[in-house]
Amino acid sequence: MFAAAPPPEVYLGLSAVLFAIGAVGLLVRRNALVMFMCVELMLNAVNLSFITYARALDDLGGQVAVFFVLVVAAAEVVVGLGIIVSIFRRRRYADADDLSLLKG
Amino acid sequence: MEWAVFIAGALICLLGAFGVVTRTNPVHAALSLVGTLWGMAVLFIAQEAEFLAAVQVIVYAGSIVVLFLFVIMLLGVDTTEDLTVEPLTGQRTGAIVAGVLLAGGLIAVFSFGAITGAESVAAPFDPSAANPLEIGRVLFTDYLWAFEITSALLVIAVTGAVVLARHRPDSYVDEDLPGDTLPIETEEAR
Repeated sequence: MFAAAPPPEVYLGLSAVLFAIGAVGLLVRRNALVMFMCVELMLNAVNLSFITYARALDDLGGQVAVFFVLVVAAAEVVVGLGIIVSIFRRRRYADADDLSLLKG
Repeated sequence: MEWAVFIAGALICLLGAFGVVTRTNPVHAALSLVGTLWGMAVLFIAQEAEFLAAVQVIVYAGSIVVLFLFVIMLLGVDTTEDLTVEPLTGQRTGAIVAGVLLAGGLIAVFSFGAITGAESVAAPFDPSAANPLEIGRVLFTDYLWAFEITSALLVIAVTGAVVLARHRPDSYVDEDLPGDTLPIETEEAR
């Protein structure tokens, strides 16, 4: 019934589920830090599908794309956490619902 | 054998992902995120991406989550979020329905469609060759320009973070600084 190794579709399905969990978390949670973690979750799900396609299509370009996603994720986390820290300096909370103004 | 590795990795990933979304304490959410990243590294190894699995553990679990934990400690560990309160009625149900639709739609695409696309001639994937060697070769030949741009991106991100998180000694919580007021507002105030 099962193939010897999981086919690419199984990995892609897992990646889709993880992406959806991350998206739901991003919509549901209000803590800005946890929202960031959900964004990381979604980026990781996409990384998994990149690597799956790299193996399915015999193309190393997919793995290189994951490398660049990692770099962009690191830059995004640095800037995002900087914003959260500077918000917290002024407001003493980092709740997404209370941040309705584009003032620091 | 690969099925066992896949199921173990997938379980770790899914449990961690559920933990990130459902844990009220941000520290617990960050530790669940480590679980997901770890399971992802297992799946990377199962798919012959050894270099990226190592980078995943070092960069994500090793530095990004530590960065998250630093900020959580800075902001106060006790800031738990009450998940029973729903500020926007129906938003949570809508989000879950949208997520189920998203996952279902994507899985339908995978299961009823086929993976198309030509096999690469520029960067063929040879599992017998050393993975870091192959990635390095592709990265420094075909993707050299993107790699150089990456360095600019990192410098910009570091500069931006320093500027954003710079401590202003004369700033108080919830008090407007002179620079924070828009010019129009000051005109009206006069």
